[in-house]
Amino acid sequence: MKLKGWKKVNPGAVVTEGGSALEFKTGSWRAFKPKFIEENCIQCLFCWVFCPDMAVKVKDGKMVGFNYDYCKGCGICALECPGKKGNKAIVMEEEGK
Amino acid sequence: MSKVVAVTGNEAVANALRQVNPDVSSAYPITPATDIMQRFTSFVSNGQVKTEMILVESEHSAMSGCVGASAAGGRVMTATSSQGLALMWEELFIASGSRLPIVMALVNRALSAPLNIHGDHSDGMGARDCGWIQLWSENAQEAYDNTIQAFRIAEHMDIRLPVMVCLDGFIISHSIERIEYLEDEEVKNFVGEFQLLNPLLDIEHPVSYGPLILPDYYMEYRRAHAEVMSKVPNVVVDIAKDFEKISGRKYGLFETYRLDDAEIGVVILNSAAGTSKDVIDEFRDRGIKAGLLKPRVFRPFPYEEIGNSLKHLKAVCVLDRADAFGASYGPLFADIAASLYPYKEKPVLTNKIYGLGGRDYLPEHAELALNELVEIAKTGKVKTFREYIGVRE
Repeated sequence: MKLKGWKKVNPGAVVTEGGSALEFKTGSWRAFKPKFIEENCIQCLFCWVFCPDMAVKVKDGKMVGFNYDYCKGCGICALECPGKKGNKAIVMEEEGK
Repeated sequence: MSKVVAVTGNEAVANALRQVNPDVSSAYPITPATDIMQRFTSFVSNGQVKTEMILVESEHSAMSGCVGASAAGGRVMTATSSQGLALMWEELFIASGSRLPIVMALVNRALSAPLNIHGDHSDGMGARDCGWIQLWSENAQEAYDNTIQAFRIAEHMDIRLPVMVCLDGFIISHSIERIEYLEDEEVKNFVGEFQLLNPLLDIEHPVSYGPLILPDYYMEYRRAHAEVMSKVPNVVVDIAKDFEKISGRKYGLFETYRLDDAEIGVVILNSAAGTSKDVIDEFRDRGIKAGLLKPRVFRPFPYEEIGNSLKHLKAVCVLDRADAFGASYGPLFADIAASLYPYKEKPVLTNKIYGLGGRDYLPEHAELALNELVEIAKTGKVKTFREYIGVRE
């Protein structure tokens, strides 16, 4: 995407379009990465509810994995995940390992 | 039709605000500005204005309330002084960076510590680089006139920036002077209907204020802000012409007094300019070509115009009612010196710090400065470039 010059920016940095967060990818901020362990998932969708961005992918009402373009690695999904019989369906792993 | 009244500076500003009848005001009391909002809240209680008055728990919240109301799409004003302005510090930048046309009366007062409630310019000077427009006022009439014009300047569609109207604490805010009020209808017509720009409350066109802007764009927004600042002087002059039509009173970017043929001159802000003009008249009576320049628009500072008005003088003393600790000179001096820097032929400049914490500025202080300038003009020699005056050794 070509960056705009100063003559083209909106006064006061006001964002005049809805849904513009889609264009703002923040995955590079991440130090820890959530890993999805499908066999421990009970499809409660707590991860999708609690994710502060839009990093949890849901298809046909089911959690199917992560969109890492928007995941900052906050770990809320892993914390909230109830898992199955004491085993988490989401665990945080250090990036680059 | 104007009406002649005897009122304090605060009363005059409060009356201007009543006549403008803003949509929202969010304010917290602080001496010496308290009186403005106290009078204004009476207007609200008495149904003389339709303003939504928000009484908050601090100046931090007062300016936050103004930011929110302005972004929502309202015509917004407030007033403060000294520590109050200091507590608004971060919101001042949010207001200007978000290009919100808020109008604020700043009744100039010294900063703590030591605690002092009286007038000096350290509050306004501390906020000079926060991206607001600053209009300074010599007396109650100018404070009244500047307040009315401030709304037009702030809300101009090429500008959309907040404006601070500065007047000296107690000396102007609490002293009674003869001034002329405009009719309510004249003020209403002059400021006109508030024009909206990206209001948050327009749910058909949703917008977001205050997004995160990282290194890839931050500098472009700052450059755009600087560009808007450069457009302010022309807008101020145009609005002053319109104001002259209804009031008969002339305003520019700054005032010059007997300066055109002057050889020596003083540069001074606000109320002390009045005292200085009297002393200049005495010097003129003695055949000494003395003059004065009083900035009105201090931000943006009209460098070219001021430099051009001062360059022909032999010696100029800049009087600052605030010190910039650790800086080479006072804040007003620094801008005056910069405005003269491009010229090969320019006056010798001296700087005097006066009147801190409400210390009286007396005719003898102006005489001291002017007598020194006479000597400098004659000999070209300067004894002291920078000093405090009116201070005990």
